Amino acid sequence: MEATKIKYTQKDYKSENAVRWCPGCGDYGILNSLHKAMAELNIDPHKIAVISGIGCSSRLPYYMNTYGMHTIHGRAAAIATGVKMANPELSVWVGTGDGDSMAIGGNHFIHAIRRNINLNILLFNNKIYGLTKGQYSPTSDKGFVSKSSPYGTVEEPFRPAELCFGARGNFFARAIDVDMKNTVEMLVAAEQHKGTSVVEVLQNCVIFNNGIHEKITDREWRADKTILLKHGEKMIFGENNDKGLVLDGWNLKAVTIGQDGYTIDDILVHDATTKDNTLHLKLALMCIEEGLPVAIGVIRSVESPSYEEEYMNQIAEVQKRKPKKSFTEFLLASANVWEMK
Amino acid sequence: MPHNTVVTEIKQVTIRFSGDSGDGMQLSGTLFSTMSAIFGNEIATFPDYPAEIRAPQGSLQGVSGFQVRIGSKDVHNSGDKADVLVAMNPAALKVNAQYLKKGSIVLYDTDSFEKRDLEKALFTTDDPFAELKLESIQPIPIAITTLTKNSLEGLGLENKEILRSKNMFTLGVVCWLFNRPLEIADQLLAQKFAKKPKLVEANIKALTDGYNYGNNIHLTASTYRIDSVETAKGFYTDINGNMATAYGLIAAAEKAGLELFLGSYPITPASDILQELSARKDFGVKAMQMEDEIAGIATSVGASFAGCLAATSTSGPGLALKSEALGLAVMMELPLVVIDVQRGGPSTGLPTKSEQTDLNQALYGRNGESPVVVIAATSPTDCFESAFTASKIAVEHMTPVVLLTDGYIANGASAWKIPDMKDYPEIKPRYVQDYYKGDAESWRPYLRDEKTLVRYWAIPGTPKFTHRVGGLEKDYYTGVISSNPNNHQLMVNTRKKKVENIANFIPEQEVLGDKDADTLIVGWGGTYGHLLEAMNRVQSNGKKIAFTHFKHIMPLPKNTYDILKRYKKVIVAEQNNGQFASYLMSKFDDIKIHKFNRVEGQPFSVAELTDVFIEIMEKGK
Repeated sequence: MEATKIKYTQKDYKSENAVRWCPGCGDYGILNSLHKAMAELNIDPHKIAVISGIGCSSRLPYYMNTYGMHTIHGRAAAIATGVKMANPELSVWVGTGDGDSMAIGGNHFIHAIRRNINLNILLFNNKIYGLTKGQYSPTSDKGFVSKSSPYGTVEEPFRPAELCFGARGNFFARAIDVDMKNTVEMLVAAEQHKGTSVVEVLQNCVIFNNGIHEKITDREWRADKTILLKHGEKMIFGENNDKGLVLDGWNLKAVTIGQDGYTIDDILVHDATTKDNTLHLKLALMCIEEGLPVAIGVIRSVESPSYEEEYMNQIAEVQKRKPKKSFTEFLLASANVWEMK
Repeated sequence: MPHNTVVTEIKQVTIRFSGDSGDGMQLSGTLFSTMSAIFGNEIATFPDYPAEIRAPQGSLQGVSGFQVRIGSKDVHNSGDKADVLVAMNPAALKVNAQYLKKGSIVLYDTDSFEKRDLEKALFTTDDPFAELKLESIQPIPIAITTLTKNSLEGLGLENKEILRSKNMFTLGVVCWLFNRPLEIADQLLAQKFAKKPKLVEANIKALTDGYNYGNNIHLTASTYRIDSVETAKGFYTDINGNMATAYGLIAAAEKAGLELFLGSYPITPASDILQELSARKDFGVKAMQMEDEIAGIATSVGASFAGCLAATSTSGPGLALKSEALGLAVMMELPLVVIDVQRGGPSTGLPTKSEQTDLNQALYGRNGESPVVVIAATSPTDCFESAFTASKIAVEHMTPVVLLTDGYIANGASAWKIPDMKDYPEIKPRYVQDYYKGDAESWRPYLRDEKTLVRYWAIPGTPKFTHRVGGLEKDYYTGVISSNPNNHQLMVNTRKKKVENIANFIPEQEVLGDKDADTLIVGWGGTYGHLLEAMNRVQSNGKKIAFTHFKHIMPLPKNTYDILKRYKKVIVAEQNNGQFASYLMSKFDDIKIHKFNRVEGQPFSVAELTDVFIEIMEKGK
C-alpha cells in the first residue's frame, strides 16, 4: 500500500490565502521550512491540524492547506491537546510566540510538556510583542527598552528551554528562522518524536525588534557564535571547525582544538537521548556573553510514552476487563438498582 | 418481649441527620433515603455541608447535615423543616434549631452533650434546649457513643473504628422509628464496604443493635409507617443531579455515535461530573483533568473541532474563566456543552451552597454579541434529560450550549426510573459529507443550511475538507478573514438567528394548575419542586393559581409571550436578585412582573413561597 501513496510536495501544504506578514519578517522562512518538512514527512494534508494562539506567529494556520484553528491568546497548547485526544491519528502542530506561550499561555505550555502529549510546538521567539506593536515580552533581556519599558525592564527573562526542562520535557530543539536547511531537519525530528516536541525558533521581527538575534545569527559570524548539535557527533563549531566544547569541572567550556593541550579526543560527543537533562540544560543555556556558542539543533530527544498513548491504553485495558455494554445495560448492572413490579 | 408500641400511618416525613463533618451523617442519610426508595417511597435529599473539610470537632462551623424527605407521594423537594432531627452533638442541635418544626423529634447523643461539648458549641448554660427555646419538641436522649461501644466490643476493632460506627447505630434507631426493614440496609452496606468485610460486619451489628435498642426499650410511644404507593413498573436507582448530568452526556454520545470528551478542573460542587466521567473508560469516555478552568474548556473546544461530543463542567467562578474560550466556540460555531453547577457567589462566595445567580453570566458573560443556548435542569433526575437535550442541540445546531444546574439538585438525589434509550430521539451530527449538497471544491467553512443556518461539521481527517476556522470574523461566503462592515453585521445577525431558530426544535412551554387562574407563578431551573409544592398549597387554600417552569431559557419556547400575557399577575420566583425576571421584561416589555427573590444559599421555603404568593394575589384585588 505504501508504494501507491501519493508523494506530496511543498505546495500541497500551502493554502490559497495570501501571506500577510510584514516584508522581511522571519516568519516567512519558518513557514517555508514547515511546508518543506511536511512534504518530507509526506503526511496527508487532511491528517494534519495546525493550531495557533494569538500574535503574529499565530496567523500560521491560515497559510497551511491543512485543518487548522486560529484560536485565542495563549490557549493553543490546550486546544491542540483536545484535538490530539479526540483523534490521536492526527499530526498536530502548535504555532505560538514568546508572548503567547511564555506569558498568557505559560501554564498550558508547561502542562502540555509535563503530560508529554504528542504535539509539535513551534515557538517563534522574537523577544517582543509584535502584533500589539512593540511591548517587551517575557523573553526580552533585562534592561530591554520598549514601548512599555521606556526606562528598560527590571525583570529577568524566561529562557524557553528552562521551562521546557523544568516541566520535564523530552524534546527541545533550537532553530534560526533564516536557516531553512537545519530548521526543516529539526521540524521533521520533532514530528518523528513521540510526545511534546518544542522547537524554539530564533525569529527576527523586522519592524519592532530588528536584529535582536543578529549577534548570534548573522551569516558573517554565525559559525563562531553558534554550534549545531547533532546526536552522536562531536560538539565542534567555528568557521574552521576548529573549536569545540569540553567539560571543565561542572561547566562547559569552549576551546580551540590544538591549543592549550586540547585535542579532538577531549571534545564532548552530543547525546540527545540521555534521560538526565543536566547537560542538555547546560547546552541549551549557553550564551555568547559567557563565551559560549548558542546551541542550535536537537538538544534533547528522549523517548517516553506519550499521554494520549497511555490514555488510550488505559481505556483499552478497562474495556478488556469490563465488556462493552449499552448505556441501559450499564445502568441496570450498577449498584442500588431495584425493581418495581 | 411483646411489642406494644403503636404504629401511626403518615404520608410524609422530613428527617435531618446532623453532626460533625466526620460523623458520617451523609452516609446515614444516603442509606436511609436509598432504602426508602427501594421500599417504594418517593424521596428527595438535601446534603447541607460546610466548605471546611474538617472544622474543629464539635464546632458550629463543622456541622454537616443531610436532610431527607420521604413520602408515599408528592415529594417534590427535600422539605422546608424537619420532623425529626438527629443531633450527634450540641453544635448540630444549635445550627439546625431553625429548621425544626413544632413538636418535632430530636434524637441526640447524650454522651456528646457534656459540659465541654456544650462549650464548644458556645452554649452558656447546661440546658441547650431551653437556651434555644426548643420547648415544644420531643427530645429522645440516647447514649449513642456508649451503646455503640458496647455493641462492637470484642469484634477486634480499634476505638476509632468503633466510634465511626455511631452513625449506623443511630440509623438503626431511625429505621426502627420508621419501620424500615433492615435487610435492604444490610445489602447496601455489604456493597458499600465490599472490600472491607470487617467493616460490613461492624456496621450491620451497630445498625441492628440500634434498631433493637429502640424496639426493646420502647423508645417512643409510637413508631411511624409511610406506605408506598404504586409507581410505574420497571427498574429504578437513586441518583443525584451530578451523576445524572454525567449519564446524560454518555447517553447522548451513544445516540450520536460520537466519542465523549470532557475537559474539566475540580471545583465544588461540580467535581462529581469530572470524577464520574473519569471512571467511565468502559464507555471510552475521554475525561481530562486539566491545569486550569481555561484549559478545561480549551481542550473541549479542540476535541469538538476534531469530532467529539465535547463538554466541560464547572461552577460560577470557573464559568467566568471560561468565557473567552466560550466566545471562541460561538465564533467557530462548534458544538460544546458547558455545565455550570451554580453555587453562591460572587467570587468564591458560598462554595457548598446553592443559588441561581449565574443566569446573567450564562446569557451575557462574554465580549461581543455572543449568543449561546441556555438550558436549566429542573431536578436531580431532570439533569439527565437536560444534559441529553443540551448535547442534542449543540451537535445538531453547531453551537455551544450552557447547561445550568445548581448545588441543590446536583447533590440532591431522588429515585430514577432507568430509561430505555429507545425512547429517546436520534442525534444527528451535521457532517459535511452527509449534509452539504455541493461538491467539496465549492465548500467553504461558514456555508450553512439555509433554513436552520447551521454550518457543516468538517472533521480533521476527512479528505478534501481541510479548512481553517478561528476567533477572527470570517466572510459569510468564503470563510476567509474579513472586517468588512456589512459582512460583520450579517454574521452577527446570522449567529443570533441561528440560536433563536432553535425555538422551532424545542417543546412549547406548559402551564400547570388552574386553567382560570389570574396569577401565574414563573420559575426556572432547580426550584421546580419547591414552586410546584407552593402552588399546590396555594390551591389547597382554596385559591386558583397557575405555574409555569422554564427549562429552555435561550431561546425561550415560542409560546412564552402568549402564556405570560394571559395572566393578570405574573410572579417570577428565583434565587437571585431578579435575573430571569429582567430577561423576560427585556423581551416582553408590556408584561408586568412581581418578583420574589431570595439569595441565602439555601433552598426556597415552601411555607414562605405560599405566604408570599397568597399575599401578592390578594393585594389590589
